[in-house]
Amino acid sequence: MSAQLAQYLLGGLTIGAIYALVALGFAIIYNASHVINFAQGEFVMIGGMATVSLGNAGLPLLLAIPVAVLAAAAVGLALEKFAVEPARGASVVTLIIITIGASILLRGLATLVWDKKLHALQPFSGDQPIELAGATILPQSLWVLGVTLAIVLLLSWFFSRTLTGKAMLATSHNPLAAQLCGVNTRFVLLLSFGLSAALGAIAGILIAPITLTSWDVGVMLGLKGFAAAILGGLGSGAGAVVGGLALGIVESLGAGYLSSAYKDAIAFVLLLAVLFFMPSGLFGKKSAERV
Amino acid sequence: MDWKTPRTGGLALLAAVIVLLPLALANNYWYEVAILIGINAIVCVGLNLLIGYAGQISLGHAGFFGLGAYGSAILTARYGWPPVAALAATTAGVALLALAVGRPILKLKGHYLAMATLGMGIIISIVVVTEDRLTGGPDGMSVPAFTLFGLGLAGERAWYWVIGAALLAAVWVALNLIESPAGRALRALHGSEVGAQVSGIDATRAKVGIFVISAVFASLAGSLTAHYAGFITPGKVGFFHSIELVTMVVFGGMASTFGAVIGAATLTLLPQLLTVLKEYEMVVFGAVMVATMVFLPRGFLPSLMLEIKKKRK
Amino acid sequence: MKTPQLSVTALSKAFGGVLAVDQVSFDLESGKVNSIIGPNGAGKTTLLNMLTGVYAPSAGTVAFEGADVTGLAPHRLAARGMARTFQNLQIFFNMSALENVMVGRHLRERAGWLAAMLRSRRLTEGERESREEAAELLRFVGLGDYLDAQADAMPYGALKRLEIARALGGRPKLLLLDEPAAGLNQTETQAINALIVRLARSGVTVVLVEHNMRLVMGVSDHIVVLDYGRKLCEGSAERVRNDPKVIEAYLGSARAA
Repeated sequence: MSAQLAQYLLGGLTIGAIYALVALGFAIIYNASHVINFAQGEFVMIGGMATVSLGNAGLPLLLAIPVAVLAAAAVGLALEKFAVEPARGASVVTLIIITIGASILLRGLATLVWDKKLHALQPFSGDQPIELAGATILPQSLWVLGVTLAIVLLLSWFFSRTLTGKAMLATSHNPLAAQLCGVNTRFVLLLSFGLSAALGAIAGILIAPITLTSWDVGVMLGLKGFAAAILGGLGSGAGAVVGGLALGIVESLGAGYLSSAYKDAIAFVLLLAVLFFMPSGLFGKKSAERV
Repeated sequence: MDWKTPRTGGLALLAAVIVLLPLALANNYWYEVAILIGINAIVCVGLNLLIGYAGQISLGHAGFFGLGAYGSAILTARYGWPPVAALAATTAGVALLALAVGRPILKLKGHYLAMATLGMGIIISIVVVTEDRLTGGPDGMSVPAFTLFGLGLAGERAWYWVIGAALLAAVWVALNLIESPAGRALRALHGSEVGAQVSGIDATRAKVGIFVISAVFASLAGSLTAHYAGFITPGKVGFFHSIELVTMVVFGGMASTFGAVIGAATLTLLPQLLTVLKEYEMVVFGAVMVATMVFLPRGFLPSLMLEIKKKRK
Repeated sequence: MKTPQLSVTALSKAFGGVLAVDQVSFDLESGKVNSIIGPNGAGKTTLLNMLTGVYAPSAGTVAFEGADVTGLAPHRLAARGMARTFQNLQIFFNMSALENVMVGRHLRERAGWLAAMLRSRRLTEGERESREEAAELLRFVGLGDYLDAQADAMPYGALKRLEIARALGGRPKLLLLDEPAAGLNQTETQAINALIVRLARSGVTVVLVEHNMRLVMGVSDHIVVLDYGRKLCEGSAERVRNDPKVIEAYLGSARAA
């Protein structure tokens, strides 16, 4: 394999892992509530920015990270409680505007709490590039890939082996039936938002040392994470992960071999292609309408 | 003419407001705001036909607006076309594009439709920013003034009347469309898609038709903006502008053409008033969006009418 | 032998592993009142949905007036003269009763988009014509009192008839009614009965999917009986009423009784 190809693949995998985490967040919330959370990207932003400012305030990285993740999770819970819950049963358009409004609100708050500048987060274990298959990879990238893998494994264990996880799955398939079986669907909803926010925050913290972070870093990441979720099949966890990785790789290869100027457009062209030819995505379910 | 119908009454009222408003406009700044309201209203009237009446959604309409603006700008500034020809060609081009992408996009529904329009809008804005030799990139480009038979159109007051007339025409066309077989077909699709289909309505064709019309409204508004402002930047092409437009339509109450005008007016004025708040502007705007949709999901105007009806009883 | 107006051959529909309709064949003559009956789950509505283009058949063909129309989309079938009503009302609740019926004559409207936007004479005349015809149809189905009503303010029984009025808007040759008497009381059912007779007299072929045996037996010229997705028997009301297979399907075997 040429060194250049290896480079692009590694880079694509790294950012793909981030997209996968964001996409997982979308999938979890969508499954629990059929809401597309346009504010998902803001959790990514909160994770990175909060860790930076906590670090600047003197907290060691090991403490700053969990605090930042918890803060993001709290924001997720607040979002569910104050913006989504009161609008249960509203139309698709209404819910979309609510979450978009929430994302604007969060970005506005970010500029007040922090600022509009770019910030760097220190890499977890130094920044000496490592040689791998003729390409160089940053240690931080290994962190991204490793942590993402751990999270994916943890989540699949959670959803298939724990009662809470199974309750969440049940709610996503049929909320009424789940309620009748004693599942507290409101708790499941809150948990979904909290969990998705945490996932987003972790993604933001992982990637911040590589790409820097700022108040509006969540916009594009959120949209691309969403494209990845659709690519994999909306509502499918495995789909979110595969979609994210695939998107990252295609984007990297496209930017490398076709056009780096149009790098950002690749995700959306892919999104349109999936929606036109394969709307249920790679792993999604097809449903028939009953008349 | 039947003065009692909401149609002619509303049109007359709108015309009266447009004619009398200059008495209240103290200086050029407020003329600018009025013109901005008029332009947003034209886009919203078209978008409302798509969202409110036909029950579809578009999160990418700023793309059409931007194409209208940049199309007119590029043809006049870079290629020396007369503005009217540039306007016509740009509008035709946008209509064709909307027709081409409309077919596959409008076969989708709900969230998928929303995301497809979002993707379309973002792709358009990325192209505009990246092709900087043509568009001036992130810094934007200047646009020559609008001329007709050698006569130039310049100044706030002249443009106010042009936009006012354009808005009146846009509202008239929209109202005509609603009270017609085509309009009923769209409303029927919104009411029950399968019920409409068995009545002989080709769902995709109808949706694409209204998509194209709403794109044309947006494109025309964009072209006019470009010549009025003398300058355009990619900000007007992006995702946020698309969201602003949708919010205006929903705020004004979907399925109401006049509601769309009021929604445009309100949400255009709001940021102007909010600049006082400076750094709190985004927070307040976001909060307003969330609060309106949570407490007044039908939109401001219909909810207000409902409250008035309740008080009457 | 006259060409049947509607000819169904080996029509089948599978949903995943479930065969909802299994190789059903029958012919229907024009101008008659035909009924499709069967116990719950027999596949009647699925069959109807296939006939009207809402579902695509898994196998088999449908021919209308000699032409193969299998799998055509609903709006194309409407253009060929087929109209239908729904078991779960598909009324346009966002419109008035009159507008609902006006939509029914969509294919006969002459004013296109441009004429509409510019409010040409063709449009204003067309609108007047459309309103008058729609009002006529409302009276025909017995909804003369609802000329100015909004659809969302009308009672259930009236809405059932509104849907029929809408279906008649296109002057269909074949009208398929999916459980028109469902949820109606005695009086309302009799009104539907009378309406169906009026329709048949005016030359429209009626296909009725119904549960109400009294209505079916009283009004049908021809009956097709389904059970578990298969055709059990077909023929006149007399023949079907006395067929042992039909009796068993509806009442269970003599031993179980």
